[in-house]
Amino acid sequence: MTPLLAVERASKRFGAVAALDDVSLEVGAGEFFALLGPSGCGKTTLMRLVAGFERADAGRVLLKGADISNEAPHRRPVNMMFQSYALFPHLNVFDNIAFGLRRQRWAREDVKRRVEELLDIVQLESFGARRTDQLSGGQRQRVALARALAPKPVLLLLDEPLGALDRKLREETQFQLKDIQRRLKTSFIIVTHDQDEALALADRIAVMRAGRIEQIGTPIEIYERPANRFVAGFVGATNLVEGCIEATADGAYFVAPFGRLRREGCALGNGGAAVLSLRPEEIKLAQRSVADGIACVVEDAAFRGETTHVRVKLAGDARLLVSCGRGESFAPGDNVSIVVSSDAGAMFAESSR
Amino acid sequence: MSRLSLGKRLVLAAPYLWISAFFIAPMALIFKISLSQPVEARPPYEPLFSLADGPSLWREKLQRLGFETYRALLDDPLYIDSYLSSLTIAAISTLLTLVVAYPFALAIARSPRYLRPLLLGLAMAPFWTSFLIRVYAWIALLKDEGIINHVLMALHVIDAPLGLYATNTAVVIGIVYSYLPFMLLPLYSALEGQDPSLREAAADLGASPAQVFCRVTLPLSRRGVFAGCLLVFIPAVGEFVIPDLLGGSETLMIGRTLWNEFFSNRDWPMSSAVAVLLLALLIVPLLIAERLRLRAEGEA
Repeated sequence: MTPLLAVERASKRFGAVAALDDVSLEVGAGEFFALLGPSGCGKTTLMRLVAGFERADAGRVLLKGADISNEAPHRRPVNMMFQSYALFPHLNVFDNIAFGLRRQRWAREDVKRRVEELLDIVQLESFGARRTDQLSGGQRQRVALARALAPKPVLLLLDEPLGALDRKLREETQFQLKDIQRRLKTSFIIVTHDQDEALALADRIAVMRAGRIEQIGTPIEIYERPANRFVAGFVGATNLVEGCIEATADGAYFVAPFGRLRREGCALGNGGAAVLSLRPEEIKLAQRSVADGIACVVEDAAFRGETTHVRVKLAGDARLLVSCGRGESFAPGDNVSIVVSSDAGAMFAESSR
Repeated sequence: MSRLSLGKRLVLAAPYLWISAFFIAPMALIFKISLSQPVEARPPYEPLFSLADGPSLWREKLQRLGFETYRALLDDPLYIDSYLSSLTIAAISTLLTLVVAYPFALAIARSPRYLRPLLLGLAMAPFWTSFLIRVYAWIALLKDEGIINHVLMALHVIDAPLGLYATNTAVVIGIVYSYLPFMLLPLYSALEGQDPSLREAAADLGASPAQVFCRVTLPLSRRGVFAGCLLVFIPAVGEFVIPDLLGGSETLMIGRTLWNEFFSNRDWPMSSAVAVLLLALLIVPLLIAERLRLRAEGEA
């Protein structure tokens, strides 16, 4: 089956900078896809390539199997919601949403019905006559969403759609966005640098760095089985521990500066340098007496409501972040031990730094 | 209303004092002269009131005060025709200036950022030479044995000279040329500030490049268009030098008429009345336009 959108080996340079370096990805119909990465990783360039605002130096963009690489933006059945919202200041809310419909020469009654339908979807029923500068940030965001959805695009691109909202509103809006996407069954591609947003919203995530895609996978895959050190460090909080592998007769061990950790199913060879990514919740804190524990001292404990983030100091001046559930309480100075199960975390061979 | 300190009041009053001293007071003097009678004297008008008259004579003079000059002005087709012709020439010139300046301003606003000061500087460069000399130069370009006719005839585009010089067309060309920077600057500043993502959003929603221009770029630059048109139209109506140098005997413009009344006929009351009426003619539509604009902005 042809995917809705396919980007094939796209490359794009701006002067000496490679914004996209041989990038390929596929997005299915009805999928909520996220492009996640730090600023300057090429995620916005990739989105603009799909919208038609940039032309690739090499590679193709296919929509439903048809090559649209050279189509002008106004001929692509793809709409974009801009980071700045780009609402037309000389038009009111109704006319902003109707803009795309009027370019497609919809009949007057159909335009009215469609705009009202969208105002209803984004819960701005009585705002049609408002000027855009009379709206709050959250309302502007919803008008931008409605305007981009109005012409029924097969694919909606959202450039940092929640970036300009404050934290509380962002969380509310995340649910609304996901709900709207599920109801309309339109494919969404969201560009974000916020890993929480990507994890919460997307069906699949592409993690990008320096113009390349580092990993594509579901949020759970990305979080639990990061493909490399960069993905592990970028998505979610983690402890990256450098060490090496020691394969013995009774199994493999990861030798960290602070002690040896037993590893189950280790594919790396004896003596190889490796990095172990341990999520804070994959480390258990226990009393000193526990078997297989590594001794450490609680240095700091930060209460986060549901969890408490505890920083422990180990041998060799190493420090780890450990997440404890409610009911466990540790105070700075406590002598404790950490316990890491032999299948916890993700380990990568470290060929070069 | 909050109470303002004396200092703040003074600062707020400054622009009003400035306008009063340099605009309203001179205009009041001109209005006063327009109500007096011309006489063979120096200055060539009978002062309305003099301090020596005393209160009773003042009252008597006030009762006799007529608007004969204005009545004469309105009765004489020369003045009415001058006004109408001035307004027409200024309107045509303003429209042409807009049409010429808009692509210019758009090109500068869309050029790479580092080039913009240079391009703007080049557009302003003619200001470094005297306005009078530049208008004189147009005589050399436009007259029958001038460069334009010469080249066109050499290329066999025309057989006989176009006869551009000393016509209303020459006046319009002169105004468009001279006032181009006044149109260019407000247009440029309106276009330069436009968020490029608005054009991308329009294209993304299916607008062709022509539709993007008509639906987004042009409406968003309307303040620049309005400001530029005022900056060209108002001085163009009262323009004297350009019609005097480039215009023909049939070119009637109010600036020229005013000049004739003042210097040739030495009729100060009449030329003052012409000036007062010109001001009224320009300021009333301007006030209405401003009121409409404010109302449009305050709406909904």
